Amino acid sequence: MIKLKKKTPLIDQHDKFGFYGNKFGGNYCAETMRKPIEDLSELFEKLRKNRKFLKKRDHYFKHYLGGETPFFKLKNLTRHLGGAQIWCKDVSAINGDAHKAYHSVVNALICKESGKRYIAGDTGAGMFGKNLAMAAKKMNLKCKIFMGTKDISRQAPNVKFMRDAGAEVVPVDSGSKTLVDAVSECMRHYVSNCDNTHLAVGSAIGCNIFLKICAWSTSQISRELKKQLIKEFGEIPKLKLINVIGGGSSALGFWNEFIDYDKKHVELIGVEAKYAAPLSTNAKVAILHGAAQYCLTDEEGQIAETHSLSAGLDYPGSSPLHGLLKDSGRARYTNASDKEALAAFKLITKLEDIRPSLEPAHAWSECIRLAPKLKKSDVLVVNNCGKGYKDKKIYIEQLGYYPK
Amino acid sequence: MKNSINSAFRIAKKENRPALISYTVCGDNTKDKSLQILNSISKDLDIAEWGIPHNCPTADGKDIQNSSFRALQNGIRLNDIFKLVRRFKKTKPSKPIILMGYYQMIFNYGEKKFIRKCKVSGVDGLIVVDLSFPDNKNFAKLCKKNSICFVQLIAPTTTVKRMKEIIKSSHEMIYMISTISTTGSALKYSIKRIIKNYNVIKKIKPSKNVVIGFGITEKTISNLRSADGLVVGSAICREITRSLKHRQNPVTNVSKLVRKLKNKII
Repeated sequence: MIKLKKKTPLIDQHDKFGFYGNKFGGNYCAETMRKPIEDLSELFEKLRKNRKFLKKRDHYFKHYLGGETPFFKLKNLTRHLGGAQIWCKDVSAINGDAHKAYHSVVNALICKESGKRYIAGDTGAGMFGKNLAMAAKKMNLKCKIFMGTKDISRQAPNVKFMRDAGAEVVPVDSGSKTLVDAVSECMRHYVSNCDNTHLAVGSAIGCNIFLKICAWSTSQISRELKKQLIKEFGEIPKLKLINVIGGGSSALGFWNEFIDYDKKHVELIGVEAKYAAPLSTNAKVAILHGAAQYCLTDEEGQIAETHSLSAGLDYPGSSPLHGLLKDSGRARYTNASDKEALAAFKLITKLEDIRPSLEPAHAWSECIRLAPKLKKSDVLVVNNCGKGYKDKKIYIEQLGYYPK
Repeated sequence: MKNSINSAFRIAKKENRPALISYTVCGDNTKDKSLQILNSISKDLDIAEWGIPHNCPTADGKDIQNSSFRALQNGIRLNDIFKLVRRFKKTKPSKPIILMGYYQMIFNYGEKKFIRKCKVSGVDGLIVVDLSFPDNKNFAKLCKKNSICFVQLIAPTTTVKRMKEIIKSSHEMIYMISTISTTGSALKYSIKRIIKNYNVIKKIKPSKNVVIGFGITEKTISNLRSADGLVVGSAICREITRSLKHRQNPVTNVSKLVRKLKNKII
């Protein structure tokens, strides 16, 4: 079993080749990309220690993204399920409607610092695309967003946001026409334009530097949560932190500050979509988009097609950092079906005022399964990492209504 | 057998021309058709590159993606590729064949098993697009041990310091990527600039065979004829696509194209 290092940020637990636990990650990329990602790594390591840069980041987080996102108890749901206390870290309340806002801003800031004028990113659910488009506009960068044609039609509201913000949305029509193909096409675009373009990878995936930047950015979520927990409870209570996993960027941000805690004290639970679930279905390690990771493949090693109602989860791979957390036993992973996610949305929106998107609806589903089995003293916190308006059409198709 | 790549370059040099290297995707558009194409064009080729199709290729342009897609649609598997290589080598034992692909396919098959299979099938060299230096050190050693040439790549973004390290660990052939791009896009740099980059590599170690690839077409090939070798890939794949679209025989059309390419460099 892989052992995690204490007091070392999770993103920094790699060797000089970019591997975590000798097994996950690495830099499987074309020679053309080597120098640009080396330059980017150097720049990032410098910036993360630079007080002026951190101040700028915090300024944007506070004034542009709206500062700390709320943390509150879901009293009705807790009473209804009759077990553990259920709390919500409502990241969807951020300006930008999802955790993707954090690494969009950071990537745009890094792009600025690097002197590049173009920024390119991939998107599935459109949350990263939308946020990157807005951050690029704010910082005067030219932005290209790569998106599968299937996702363009099922996440239309977000596509409109991107276009309104002045980004060029590049439709990707190859393969399954979803996130996996968008990421491939975006990486190809970078290989061809790495001299003037900064690549902003939409999740904690890709070559070492890309997943580091992403997880470093989203870790704002757990910095806030830690403070909010202490304010509410006076200490870090016995916790279970439930988060949905697509690539895994929101979970890494939600968990980051709690990695060093004993798992009996703070348990980390990741929830995948049932038919896009490499971590919870014993998938093999494969190389996808520049890194070794748990990934769904066929026998020949070709990357498998996935199926999820949720565009953000419709991805065969997973962050190498989740491979590390799984193999070290620090986090456990499970999954929820489309149906279960929809049922969770139905129940939550009946009882509470939050409107989760399809992605966090998967996490809520696990919360609903788990809560009744636990004691009142147990605290469940769910990261409500995306706003539901983008899935309004799908919810109406599936449930017949979208709550007010 | 061991130096068939070297001797291919030697022959071309004797004839005062660059070695002509083709790239096609194994199994495009069917297993047999891809072998027929290779057999037919091999008389004009010095070295043949055969692509191992993968469905998440992060460094290929549209033309090679299309070829890979067709090959996968028609059910090509790695074991078929080894069988086809063996069939090719049976009739053309001295024609070097290089397999080119993404590391995932090798990783999934198992490195050692993959190399063993390459060796018994008659594969002379390997290009692994996304296994770059220094991550490829062990794999390259394993290739060498089995008399397989591991072809290192050098890009326009590669620094001179890194270039020296790559060349030092390279085998008999080095692949220079002409321009910052995926396969098959137009040349972004002037011919002069490409030749300049090429000369930087040659100066470091003149004895290495350096080939130029990416963006080589009928139009550009003669301008680069001072190189040790030139790789034409996307232009050939594009011709296969065109032939299939017009219900013409890709074997004759591709053979004509390769003959034309050859005529431009002799």
